[in-house]
Amino acid sequence: MTSAPPPLSDAAAFTLRRRPASEKLLDQGFHYLTLALASFVGILLLAIVLTVFQGSREAIHTFGARFITTSSWDPVNNQYGAFVAIYGTLVTSFLSLVIAVPLGVGTAIFITEDLIPAQLRNAIGLMVELLAAIPSVVLGLWAIFVMEPAIRPALNLLHTFLGWSPFFAGQAQGPGMAPAILILVVMILPIITAISRDALNQVPVELRQGAYGVGTTRWGALLNIILPAAISAITGGIMLALGRAMGETMAVTMIIGNSLNFDLSLLAPGNTIASMLANQFGEADGIQVSALMFAALILMVLTLVVNVIAQWIVRRLSLKY
Amino acid sequence: MSYSPITYDNSPLFERRPLTYSPNLARNRFNQALTGLAGVFAAIAVLPLFLVLIYVLIQGGKLLSLRLFLDLPPAPGLEGGGIGNAILGTIVVTLVASLISIPIGVGGGIFLSEYSRNGWFAQAVRFANDVLSGVPSIISGVFVYGIIVATRIIAGQSYSAMAGGIALSVLMLPTVIKTTDEGLKLVPQELRWGAYGVGASKVVTILKITLPAAFTPIATGVVLAVARAAGETAPLIFTALFSPFWPEGVFNPIASMSVLIFNFAIMPYEAQNELAWAASFVLVIMILAANLLARWISRMARP
Amino acid sequence: MTSTPDTTNQQDVCLSLQNVTISYGKFEAVRNVFMDIPHGKVTAFIGPSGCGKSTVLRALNRMNDLVPGCSLKGRVLFDGHDLYEKRIDPVEVRRRIGMVFQKPNPFPKTIYENIAFGARINGFKGDMDELVERSLRKAAVWDECKDKLQQSGLALSGGQQQRLCIARAIATEPEVILMDEPCSALDPISTLKIEETMHELKRSYTIVIVTHNMQQAVRVADMTAFFNAEAVEGGSGKVGYLVEFNDTERIFNAPNQQATQDYVSGRFG
Repeated sequence: MTSAPPPLSDAAAFTLRRRPASEKLLDQGFHYLTLALASFVGILLLAIVLTVFQGSREAIHTFGARFITTSSWDPVNNQYGAFVAIYGTLVTSFLSLVIAVPLGVGTAIFITEDLIPAQLRNAIGLMVELLAAIPSVVLGLWAIFVMEPAIRPALNLLHTFLGWSPFFAGQAQGPGMAPAILILVVMILPIITAISRDALNQVPVELRQGAYGVGTTRWGALLNIILPAAISAITGGIMLALGRAMGETMAVTMIIGNSLNFDLSLLAPGNTIASMLANQFGEADGIQVSALMFAALILMVLTLVVNVIAQWIVRRLSLKY
Repeated sequence: MSYSPITYDNSPLFERRPLTYSPNLARNRFNQALTGLAGVFAAIAVLPLFLVLIYVLIQGGKLLSLRLFLDLPPAPGLEGGGIGNAILGTIVVTLVASLISIPIGVGGGIFLSEYSRNGWFAQAVRFANDVLSGVPSIISGVFVYGIIVATRIIAGQSYSAMAGGIALSVLMLPTVIKTTDEGLKLVPQELRWGAYGVGASKVVTILKITLPAAFTPIATGVVLAVARAAGETAPLIFTALFSPFWPEGVFNPIASMSVLIFNFAIMPYEAQNELAWAASFVLVIMILAANLLARWISRMARP
Repeated sequence: MTSTPDTTNQQDVCLSLQNVTISYGKFEAVRNVFMDIPHGKVTAFIGPSGCGKSTVLRALNRMNDLVPGCSLKGRVLFDGHDLYEKRIDPVEVRRRIGMVFQKPNPFPKTIYENIAFGARINGFKGDMDELVERSLRKAAVWDECKDKLQQSGLALSGGQQQRLCIARAIATEPEVILMDEPCSALDPISTLKIEETMHELKRSYTIVIVTHNMQQAVRVADMTAFFNAEAVEGGSGKVGYLVEFNDTERIFNAPNQQATQDYVSGRFG
């Protein structure tokens, strides 16, 4: 490389030119570098699990399973039970899913069928994607100052008619589980819509032709043939959305009320693991940190399980196509 | 078996109706109803975007002035001030996160696509990557708190811009790896063979041929990952913390727009609430611009 | 440009195309087709690729409605109605004009359900088990299927899947069956079986089949329409048109048009 290039007529110049050892070394070195960087993902995941586990050991020893089933969160007496937060996490994420799944799948159907002009369909798809880009904390701000005051009359109407049930007991006073569920719907709707849309688009057009060919109507084909063909991908998307809803922090924290007391009513303030972490971690010390780590561990296990199931469903499906 | 000739109109086994559309038919009513329902759902789905954008633009636009970008936030209860330190802080923290996650992510993605031959190891890495992308953002904050803030291993400091950046990089990494991996897979095999054919080594092929060919999808994914990270709050509130002052290097606590919005939204002072809206305005404009940029990049690739 | 069949005894017409022009967006795919498809016969559409024969076929039961931007001018008469009139319900049209597609496309359901689904939505009131068996028998696939009616239709071989699709189409007892190159994805043995099936079916249905294979047209069709494509003025692609429509025997032995003669004797296409 250092010498001047030999004249082209000299055929030996090519045959004699050896691949320098440094180049081989570079090749090898780059291979191992990328290998190390790829391995980093696994190491990172392991490190996260171990760090959270290590941090929660003290709390696990002290409280054990009682941590999950009791609901006293008392920093003064160092008694910690995360039942309120675990309950809140599960209830808010499941109920938001119950609302968001029909909305998201319905929207996906609306923008994959030729009901309205293609430009309008693409515009709706784009808007739903942009909704996913709005930061959680901005949605939280909006929820506090705009959404919650706006829906309070509706929530109180629910109380008026369904107040006999413990789930709608008490007037809605402001932040609470119900607004938190609604803001979660806003946050997971784009995921469900986007994945359902992709899944519906992947159903081979031949199936639709076949269904129309035997004389089904549009919705006959959708409900009997097309949705069943897309159902596993959609289910995978729903599971991913569930994982997202469980771990969602900022918007929920800002609107759920962060109550440490158990209340069955959706109109009352509640708590989730993530919002408890966001609120207390900065100021905690001693065994409270460990208790929070324990709660984080529970949240992580919940989301890991949900995500692994989601990945499994999605992967099993991709084998079929 | 004997076959009757053509007319099946009187077939007793099937309903035969005239060819004309009758809107009162049960199946047509059912279709109308479901189509209407889907349309209503789609309208509901886009409604929040409009409502959020309108309020952010109106409420946040009110405070828009040069002072907003140049001043520090006021002490609680006082009027005026700006969010200059938070804007700068968001840029710093996001930059730290990008400088960590982009090299690691692109390198890991190169391994998956170019070296791994899709063996068990690559499958495991991809799986871990997908799982990592599902880890809640607050957990990444807890993790960085546990290994960096509590242990003070970076320059003896606890809360710092560095810690915040690392927490964000944990969130960015899976996206960067995935987009690199999938972007490289789109590069036609012939391009690699062509480079090998003229005697290029593998590393030269990857860095000079394959990676540039996959620039567009990778850049699109990276821009989206950066935009997402810039709006994240949960990993920062107990890693980067907050600071009412201008950034003092990466080893000290630092302000950021997202944490400012969180802190100021729940304060009982109107001036602070207004600053939260203004910060939302700036943040949302930045993120939407990044999203449109990403869209534009990916459109450039499709001639 | 077009010619009407010179069979003097005009038997009753099943589907009548009157000056039909079909476009995708701005581009005409096939133009000015006049044709009377007779009842109770097998009619074949032949011609080189891109001549619009499949497009015309799909226009006969409004299947082109699924193609974005596809529009039709002219009239397609069936049972006294123009199928493209505003007040026509395409669903009713497809219930009476069934279709078998190029690629076998059984529903991802059991074999039994593949048949029963169409029958049920068509308001079938009889014995479903019997209908399933009868349809599968008519499509000559009963022997292969009878022991696995509860298995997925996708578990069958390609040829069996296609015959399942034929069974699915005849289970709803349509008056017309459209077949869009039903054998193009199949091996010769499956093809032969499907042709046998068609011979059975033509006793009770009007069949319109698009085929690439001229021998197949000779073997199964009573009537044959030859389509060709020509470059459009302006040079943006080709547009298809009907060259000649007549008894299969005439088309292959003594066509009126030179282009037909060239095509059937293999001199082009």
